[in-house]
This record gives sequence, structure tokens and C-alpha cells, in this order.
Amino acid sequence: MNDLISQVQSLLENKTIDIFIGYEKGTRKPRPAFVSKAEEAGKLIFNENCSGNLAVYLTRKDLVEGKKVGIAASYYTLKNIILLFDENQLKEDHLRIITLSEKGEIQLLQSLEEIKQRLKEMSAPAKADEEEWVRKIDAMTVSERWAFWTEELSRCFKCYACRAACPMCYCTKCIVEINRPQWIQPWASVFSNMDWQINRVMHMAGRCSDCGACGAACPVGIPIHLLSHKMAEAVKENFGEPDEKGNVLSTFKPDDKENFIV
Amino acid sequence: MTNEFEPKVLAFVCNWCTYTGADLTGTSRIKYASNVKILRFPCTGRIDFMLILKAFANGMDGVIVSGCHPNDCHYTSGNFHARRRWMLFRSLLDFLGIDIRRICFSWVSAAEGAKWAELVNETVAGLRELGPYTEYHRVANFLSDSPTEARKEMEEQHE
Repeated sequence: MNDLISQVQSLLENKTIDIFIGYEKGTRKPRPAFVSKAEEAGKLIFNENCSGNLAVYLTRKDLVEGKKVGIAASYYTLKNIILLFDENQLKEDHLRIITLSEKGEIQLLQSLEEIKQRLKEMSAPAKADEEEWVRKIDAMTVSERWAFWTEELSRCFKCYACRAACPMCYCTKCIVEINRPQWIQPWASVFSNMDWQINRVMHMAGRCSDCGACGAACPVGIPIHLLSHKMAEAVKENFGEPDEKGNVLSTFKPDDKENFIV
Repeated sequence: MTNEFEPKVLAFVCNWCTYTGADLTGTSRIKYASNVKILRFPCTGRIDFMLILKAFANGMDGVIVSGCHPNDCHYTSGNFHARRRWMLFRSLLDFLGIDIRRICFSWVSAAEGAKWAELVNETVAGLRELGPYTEYHRVANFLSDSPTEARKEMEEQHE
């Protein structure tokens, strides 16, 4: 940890960064910590338990606007940083990224190229649990799936923690706050909760890093990350691995294959 | 008077191909099921997925979405973008347990008046077999339709 602390201290002292977004010890899991003075850096930790996606703070203007930012990045945070760069939400020379190597050593990444290189070397965390659940739901009949999701979504009370936890959900005016027209009923009911989730997942289609932060953030434990995971699978199945050409829903190929349009 | 179930169908069509095609069906004096209400859009690319959900919420039993064949879009690429969106939307709805047999996607050009009649007839026949979409309607109108049932369900949840 001393490596991390001294690295962050020197970055802050040299004024290379104005704020560092990292992890500190929490009650159960490590929690986010924001450090803008070198003397506060002592509380920082970084290990394999630090899996929460900190990229979500990179688009919070009240926190980072006009500042040079350092961030502790796990696999999905790196993935989200790339996605945010693609959508012109970040400036390359404003970001210093600290990540962990396989041996648990601290690594400093300074450019987009270095992040991409590092991501290629890393292996994606296993999603065995999600995959098993998706297979299980896929195997149900339509009415069983409907019963499953209406039951799950009946517990949602529209706190929008899924929205707040998502690094790609950065619109300053969200569709649920628009009331002319009122696309989604503002109160919590199975129907409007489902409408909201469909919107959330459709708006994330092809932009989602599949980090699972939405599901982890849900205070009543609705497995909404399964929807995101299913969508990520559908994107991969239909349109292949992401390329440099842009988001899947803002690009197209004339020979996209489907089997349902008559 | 018969008591047979008459499905309500809403068709989202593009102005340049399917709307003109449906017009041709009429001028050709081809008869087809009168269950369909047609909504004209500038392009299939304009047909937001939320509109389809709103149709179901407002009591429709089925939806037709139709526009220009690939490469024939008036705006060059609107239907290609729409196609990608439908592919993902359809798989998401299926995963949520919404009956995707009730949404019919099609390409109907301005010259295909007969295809339009056939499409509507087949969709209506299919929906007649499926019956009214009560599951979705019940959830959508949970509060307004049945205040007593709503109260009962709320109480059950809190027990």
C-alpha cells in the first residue's frame, strides 16, 4: 500500500493531479475515497476487493469539473474510462490512472494507448453467476419470465440507485425527469418500473461495460444487472466485438442479419 | 352481432414506403382487416421503442412496425439504424417475458399494396389465436382499472 500512497502523494504534490479518487477501508467492502491533499493520502487502499466501479465519479461535474484527476481503476473502471473517452466525456491529459498488475503491484497509466494495452493483458472477471441466471431465465416460458420479472420489479421503489451507480448514465436531464411528454410514470408500480428498466437498458445498449454496478447498487436486490448482461450478450451475438467505428446503435452494417422482419 | 374477440392493432409505418403502400392497397380496392389503426412517421428511424410500449399500455393487442426495404430509405440509412434497435429491443422484451409474437416487424414498399393487406390479415389472424393481451394491460392499468383489487394486492404485500 505504501507504493500507492507515495505515488498519490507525489502526484498531488507535483500538481499533476488535483484530486485522487480511490478506495478506503469500509465496514464490509472498501468504499470510495476522495483525496485532494497529500497528507490525506494515508487512508488509501487498493487490492483485489476494490471492485466498485469508480469511473462513475469521472462524469460528476461538481466533483471533477476543470480538475486533473487521478483514479484507482479495476478492470471495469478501465473499460468504462475507454467508453467515456469514446463519447468525448474525458480529456486524455487530465487523467492519471493507477491500476493493479497481476502480481498486485501498483501501475501508473498515463495515456489512452497504455489503458488499451493494459486492458488487453487483463482477463475479464468471470461472470459465471450471471451467465447461469441468464440461462435459467432463457429456459423459462414467456409467462414464467413475465411472472419472474413482474415479481422482482414489484419491489422497486424508484430510488434510481441503478442510475446513480452507472458510469455511462451521465445525462444531465434524464428521461424520467421529462414530463412533456411523460414517458415513464413517476410513481413506483410494476409497469412503470419495467418501463424504466427497459429504458435504462436500451439507452445503455452497446455502451454498457457489463460491470454490474446497477445490480450491486439496488437496495432491494432486484437482479437488474442480468438485464444489462443479457443486453451485452445480445450486442455481442448480433454485432460482434466492439470496433472503433462507434456505438452499435449509432452505426450499422447493410448486411446486419436478423430473422424476424417479414 | 358476434362476441368474437376483435384484436386492436396499431401500425407504426414510415411515410415514404409503407404508408404509400397502404394507400395503394386502398386505391387497388383490396379488402383487409379493419382492426388496424395506422400511424404515419417520417421514417422507421423515428419509431422510438417507447412508442411501441405505449401502444400496449393503451390497450393494443398487437403492433405492426413497417418501413422501407433496406437500401430504399428516403433518408438513406434510417431503416438500417431502426433494424439494429429492433434486434436488441426484441431480445430484451423476450427476456422480460413480453410476448414478442405480438410485435410484427416488416418491410413494405410503396409498390407492395397486396403485401400490406396480407401482412395485416396475417397479424390479425395470429392475434385472434393469441387472444387479448391481458397480462400487460392488467399491469399497465393496475391503479386506474381496479382500485379494490389494487388495495387488496397492496395489503397482501404488506402482510
